[in-house]
Amino acid sequence: MTAFREKFTVPKRFNTIAFALMLIGALSVIGLYVVYGSSHDATKQARFWSSLLQNSVYFLLVVNATMFFICATTLAWGGWQMSFRRVSEAISTSVPVIGVICGVILLAICFGNNHQLYHWTDTEHVKTDAALTWKAGFLNKTFFAGWTIFTIVAWWLLGWKVRKLSRSLDNKPLASVEEGKKYMWNNTVWAAAFIVIFSLTVMSSIPWLWLMSLDAHWYSTMYSWYTFASTFVAGVALITLFVVYMKNNGYLELTNEEHLHDLGKFMFAFSIFWTYLWFSQFMLIWYANIPEETTYFKPRAYGMYKGVFWLMFLINFVAPILILMRRNSKRNYTTITFMALLIIFGHWLDFFQMVFPATQKDSVPLLVYDFGVALGFVGIIMFVTGRSLSKVPLIAKNHPFLKESIIHHT
Amino acid sequence: MAIKKFVTGNFYDENVLFPAVKKVRRAGYKIHDVFTPFPIHGLDKAMGLRETSLHTAGFIYGISGTATALGFISWALTVDWRMNVGGKPFFALPAWIPIIFELTVLFAAVGMVLTFCYLCQLAPFVRKDHFNLRSTDDTFLMAVECTDKTNEAEALSFLQGLGASDVKVEFKETGWWLGRYDKERKRFEKQTEQAVH
Repeated sequence: MTAFREKFTVPKRFNTIAFALMLIGALSVIGLYVVYGSSHDATKQARFWSSLLQNSVYFLLVVNATMFFICATTLAWGGWQMSFRRVSEAISTSVPVIGVICGVILLAICFGNNHQLYHWTDTEHVKTDAALTWKAGFLNKTFFAGWTIFTIVAWWLLGWKVRKLSRSLDNKPLASVEEGKKYMWNNTVWAAAFIVIFSLTVMSSIPWLWLMSLDAHWYSTMYSWYTFASTFVAGVALITLFVVYMKNNGYLELTNEEHLHDLGKFMFAFSIFWTYLWFSQFMLIWYANIPEETTYFKPRAYGMYKGVFWLMFLINFVAPILILMRRNSKRNYTTITFMALLIIFGHWLDFFQMVFPATQKDSVPLLVYDFGVALGFVGIIMFVTGRSLSKVPLIAKNHPFLKESIIHHT
Repeated sequence: MAIKKFVTGNFYDENVLFPAVKKVRRAGYKIHDVFTPFPIHGLDKAMGLRETSLHTAGFIYGISGTATALGFISWALTVDWRMNVGGKPFFALPAWIPIIFELTVLFAAVGMVLTFCYLCQLAPFVRKDHFNLRSTDDTFLMAVECTDKTNEAEALSFLQGLGASDVKVEFKETGWWLGRYDKERKRFEKQTEQAVH
């Protein structure tokens, strides 16, 4: 094996950009607070909290999706991602940071006095509302707070354990085949534990609790899968962006366009998977035409938000299927970077149209502030990821599957 | 079809096969084909084969499936026989998407399978000549086509030098024919003898 650069030093410019983005984010939050958050009007206040909710939940789920990517490939014994696995691991270290921010925002909304976002927190109102009374076993403050805290802590701890297992081999090569088998078994068990927690949270209860309960009367069993698909494709796009960045700076010598091709395939496939779920949810409701269900799509697909709604559909389905279909576009650094950025933005818009139509029924808010907040979160992800990347060797050189990744060929 | 003269050699190891393919090409010999029991990654590139256009064909089949479904359903339900289904508009696109999708997949799948069979010349009753039946089991067979200028003895020893075993000169039918193997073989053997002279 030829020599490779093991140590990533964070370029000054990288951190400058990260801090600049964080500053933009902080200014946007302050701006939002001054203009909307400090208002006495409940709807204007809700505008402030909606923006924080949309951005923090979106970016938390996206960075957590990178840990899901690691665990899913571990369970499937997929060795091909080993050459850039440290990048996915580094992105997932943002989970505790953004998790704390997101948890604080969620609890503040839940226990705050503004019931514009989560109607079900208004105990007086719930008593007179048959549907919400019936749902009170799930939608109540105690369960919300407990499950939210449990979820974020569980993601953090399990992610930490999986990363620790990966790092444990760095200075201690596997001595024998038996030891290797034991190591793989350990990896499998912890990856499986993460997947179980992940299915109980992101794939089911968490999107219902955090996002769907904004429309507390409406429900869809497909909602969580749809949210998962949305964040997973954005998570893969984020990994791709960082891999391309590292390659452009002369790191990750063992990663080549074969790996990029497979990441591109993931982006392509899960964009279509997302569309499948999105459409299944839409079509059943459109077909049945029951007022209780159509309330969700009335403002989104046919009302004020239809511009965002169809723009998001174009970005998240039409663009990936047409652009990423060709083999060459998946292996080309420019197109894959462009598509990764587009997909991350597209699914951010998706989250925008999940949150805002529920709280801002009278007018579509201008996206400027929200985009600023999003940039702030991007800055946090950049800073934390860069810091984590510089701390550990870039290549897990003693992992038994590394060779499989080096000779990977699509 | 044409019966041609080949120099063939069997390889047992990919690590021997790949350098051999490279060297045979560099020496100026024309590789007719390399027969392997399973797909070998990178062999098409090493042999300098052009990329298949099967996926382009698949895209065209898929699009024609989409067009067929969309065209027929919209003609049937908006022009030919309008029906009020639950108060939905006549042009009820969301309801048709599943069928359009299914037809896209059906056209693409069936079309690509048939195209694949055509490209590989696979069909019932289509017979092809084999070099070494073991290349469907455990060896990689390289067939080098002999032209007028090829010195067979030189080619044989060249292949042997590259690690090929069981090298020999063979006359084989390159195309396909319809019928049964046992009957055709007789006809074929006669032609082989004629071709030698």
